[in-house]
Amino acid sequence: MFRLTLRNLLARKLRLVMSGLSIVLGVAFLSGVLVFSNGLSTTFDGIIYGSTPDGVVRAKDFAEFDAGYSGTPKNVVTPETIAELEELPEVDRADGDVAGFGMSLLASDGTLVGGTGAPTLAFNYHDGPNMDGGDILELDSGRWPESDQEIVLDTGAAENGEYELGDEVQLLAPYGEIEQTATLVGTAEFNGGGTAGATLLIFSTEGAQRLFLDGKDVFNRVSLTAAEGVSQEELRDAAAEVIPEDLEAVTGDKVADESEAAIGEFLGIIKIFLIVFAAIAVLVGGFIILNTFSILVAQRSRELALMRALGAARDQVTRSVLLEALVLSFLASTIGIGLGLLLSRGLASIFRAIGLDISSAALDLTVGTVVISYVVGVAVTMVAAYLPSRRAGRVAPVAAMRAEAPQAPAPLGRRAAIGGALLLVGAALVAWGVAGAPGPDAIWVGIGGVVWIITVAVISPIIGKPVLVGCRALFSRVFGAPGRLAGENALRDARRTGATASALMIGLALVSTIGVLAASMNKSIDDLVDEEFTADYLVQSVNFVPFSTSVGDDLADVNGVSVLSRQQYVGAKIDGETEFVAANDERFNDIYDLDVVEGTTDVQGAEAFVADEYADELGVGIGDPIELTFPGGKKLELEIVGIVKPSEVTAWVSFPLDQVEQAGLARQDTSISILLEDGADAETVKNDLDDAASDVPIVAVYDKEEFSDSIRDQVNQLLYMIYGLLALAIIIAVFGIVNTLGLSVIERTREVGLLRAIGMSRSRLRRMITLESVAIALLGAVLGLGLGLVVGVSLRETLKEDLSSLALPFTQLVVFLAIAVVVGVLAAVVPSIRASRMNVLEAIAEE
Amino acid sequence: MTSVPHRPPAAARAVDLRKVYGSGQSEVHALAGVTVDLDAGKFTAIMGPSGSGKSTLMHCLAALDTPTSGTIEVDGTGLAGLNDKALTALRRDRIGFVFQAFNLIPTLTAKENILLPLDLAGAKVDQDWFDTVVDAVGLRDRLGHRPSEMSGGQQQRVACARALASKPSIVFADEPTGNLDSTSGAEVLSFLRRSVDEFGQTVVMVTHDAVAASYCDRVIFLADGQVVDEITDPDREQILEHMTALQTRAAG
Repeated sequence: MFRLTLRNLLARKLRLVMSGLSIVLGVAFLSGVLVFSNGLSTTFDGIIYGSTPDGVVRAKDFAEFDAGYSGTPKNVVTPETIAELEELPEVDRADGDVAGFGMSLLASDGTLVGGTGAPTLAFNYHDGPNMDGGDILELDSGRWPESDQEIVLDTGAAENGEYELGDEVQLLAPYGEIEQTATLVGTAEFNGGGTAGATLLIFSTEGAQRLFLDGKDVFNRVSLTAAEGVSQEELRDAAAEVIPEDLEAVTGDKVADESEAAIGEFLGIIKIFLIVFAAIAVLVGGFIILNTFSILVAQRSRELALMRALGAARDQVTRSVLLEALVLSFLASTIGIGLGLLLSRGLASIFRAIGLDISSAALDLTVGTVVISYVVGVAVTMVAAYLPSRRAGRVAPVAAMRAEAPQAPAPLGRRAAIGGALLLVGAALVAWGVAGAPGPDAIWVGIGGVVWIITVAVISPIIGKPVLVGCRALFSRVFGAPGRLAGENALRDARRTGATASALMIGLALVSTIGVLAASMNKSIDDLVDEEFTADYLVQSVNFVPFSTSVGDDLADVNGVSVLSRQQYVGAKIDGETEFVAANDERFNDIYDLDVVEGTTDVQGAEAFVADEYADELGVGIGDPIELTFPGGKKLELEIVGIVKPSEVTAWVSFPLDQVEQAGLARQDTSISILLEDGADAETVKNDLDDAASDVPIVAVYDKEEFSDSIRDQVNQLLYMIYGLLALAIIIAVFGIVNTLGLSVIERTREVGLLRAIGMSRSRLRRMITLESVAIALLGAVLGLGLGLVVGVSLRETLKEDLSSLALPFTQLVVFLAIAVVVGVLAAVVPSIRASRMNVLEAIAEE
Repeated sequence: MTSVPHRPPAAARAVDLRKVYGSGQSEVHALAGVTVDLDAGKFTAIMGPSGSGKSTLMHCLAALDTPTSGTIEVDGTGLAGLNDKALTALRRDRIGFVFQAFNLIPTLTAKENILLPLDLAGAKVDQDWFDTVVDAVGLRDRLGHRPSEMSGGQQQRVACARALASKPSIVFADEPTGNLDSTSGAEVLSFLRRSVDEFGQTVVMVTHDAVAASYCDRVIFLADGQVVDEITDPDREQILEHMTALQTRAAG
């Protein structure tokens, strides 16, 4: 008897560990994401506040633009202005800043450093302090640049570029003489460590002026340091008195706020993205906890009935189960939080690989993270354990006297009715979204999809039956008696199988929804490129940053090029909003045949053509003026001479390329389109173009296929990242299957013993359990993938504008189905080995 | 024993079988040197008080348990040195089982349960034999039912049919009527008796019920892990006398 008790206890410990695991994983993901998000904010806050002075004098409207895309403002600050600022009693010191955009660093082997993700920042060094009075930059090695031929790199960039102090560093300038070199004299980092992945190119003031301001002794900006006892506002007001009209003075706090807002949006997206996945992980974990506690209560019904018979009140039984859940969730959450800290390091290293450097010092648990993690972990467990605990309380005392634990006939009728109704509600929401409900249509489809997922999870015992019957037929045909038994076992407790499969279903539904959207996006890109990009070759840079016009000069000289058209995208403020506008040269119309609604696309001088949607938005038409304000404050007033259908080959507003210089911006190219001469050998020309562009590694020559590939690569990168995060939900689901199988095997000990006694070999017993597991996994996969397909297609319907073509990822679906089978096999490993090791005699004797 | 000329060959045989649980002070000899021949074509009962080792003996003979020492032969095959796979095949192909309870797989129908050992062996069903057995247990109209839809007696008869379906060399029954009322028990026992008389089956049954044992050709009595007595063609009174004698001896 003692042995039996001990064994039961051990068995239950295992069960508790198993159900605890799902909480651990869910909480780990949640706390990992929270720690990572905090680290992200801390890192950026540190850099922003550590690099901003008390006050700044800069070109008006400067802050409104994402400088990387908008060209370099020619609105400058003269040394006289700085001298005047320095004389002010409120100013302790005024330092001229020179910053350039579009500069790239090449590694010693000629490849691009950085490139994707975080920006490359080029600026001059001065020792003006930040708003806290500390240094903005800290030297790691060497010294600061003195001559205009010297450079300091951030430590990470020097490492990645494999440069040592004294080496000649290779650089690419965005305009003028492209290839530049400078001698590396030191390495530095932002005060507080790290650069968040940005590449820093630090020059002497003369060096920066030579590179970015044609060697003139002027500046883009002035950093002001307040005199003792002067506030940022007083500093700003004093400076505003002496500066010329086209400049403005702002406080350091404002500059920091602006930077935060710009980065905050990007960080916000990353955070929301990660938290969504954490929520999915917690939801899936909740399902597994619900299922585990249901099974535990069912198995313990005799024990619970005995407690009732001995006088325990219904509440007491319910409470005892809830208490167990509370203790379990608390322990599991604690482990989960610890694991989350490790997970955040893992996330940080993934983000580091794609160029976003988070210092590990910033990855620490905050009180908020710990509290949220505990609250969510405990709350989800308690909610999930509530239903089973109620059921536990309802066990009749007389059940203790019955020989066999009663298998309650599942009253699934009500569930089916409610489920059917909810499915219709979901369908109505989706249909409403597709038909064009108010607000963003996709939201309605999304809500409908979530309703569907939850409903399917609840009614999976009913709608999953055909799948399980199919599995039984297939398995018994292929695997004989063990297959048949496995099929029967999966069918035996439909609720349990359904609930277990649901955890996997949720993950796979999301996977296939994303899969449909990604496939449609890829197809749409292909179709779009095919239809709109009528050029034979496109020349663009990584991340669409502008590059020097000399690239186009070289390409134009290649034999076999008949037409070469240049395009420069710049940021401009129109009607108070910042938009990207396109400046196209006169050859543009020789290559692209836009769908003209009215007027012409042949623009000259101060004329522009506009996409119809945008014209409607602004309420303008042919003959109306449109005013563009550029960085640096210069304005262009253009007359609208054409209205076109929107096209991917140009922006909302297009105007002649020669207007760029009028706007006070440096001429650069963003995109070059090339047509092949008739009869020219495409391959030879492509090779020659590649050669001509090869000195500028940030620029690539794409033919149509390569161009759609390059866009697709970005889509797919995101896709793989999403799949990677969803993999966690699937791993949690695997634990759910392991758990259910393990508990089922314990429950069926005598049956297993009987099977062994009458001649089932160990390997067949293992196969039987594995097949049951595969049946559960297949159920989850079929329901999930099917549902995801429907949701994905509906979502695509509402996103028709961006996803013009629909594609179904059949290969991927087959792969996911195969993955589900593998998941099933893996989940069965431990339970099947446990079952096959059972001693036959003890198994038969088991009460 | 070999001097007895008309004795049929043994379906199973144990020689000096010993089974020891624990060690040192707590050492328990469940079997203390049992030598027994179980005759082919006979219905043999193994009886004895609780703890006499009768179940252990049966489990060893049925290849469910391994003895500490001694040899066992089933249908001419020595069990010593056989691995789990070979033992499993032996149980499946040459041994039939009827347990006291929980004999059937709840998810399978009666017919599927009966044919399960054949399915596991991948053997072809001998339809004539199947019909014969099913008719003998009187379950033709119950073949499509699941265990939960049958009475305890019917379930035990299904178990008997399953034990016979693969034409095993020997059937072991462990208190097959222990959970049944007397009418159902009689049905099961009559069937086992008929399987011996009409089909030439060998059946070995562990029981402590004198009525059940009275269906047998031979009763072997065990006490303290040793064969202490045996009677052939017993009636109920004879068995009860021997049992009483045994208990008296144990008490004394």
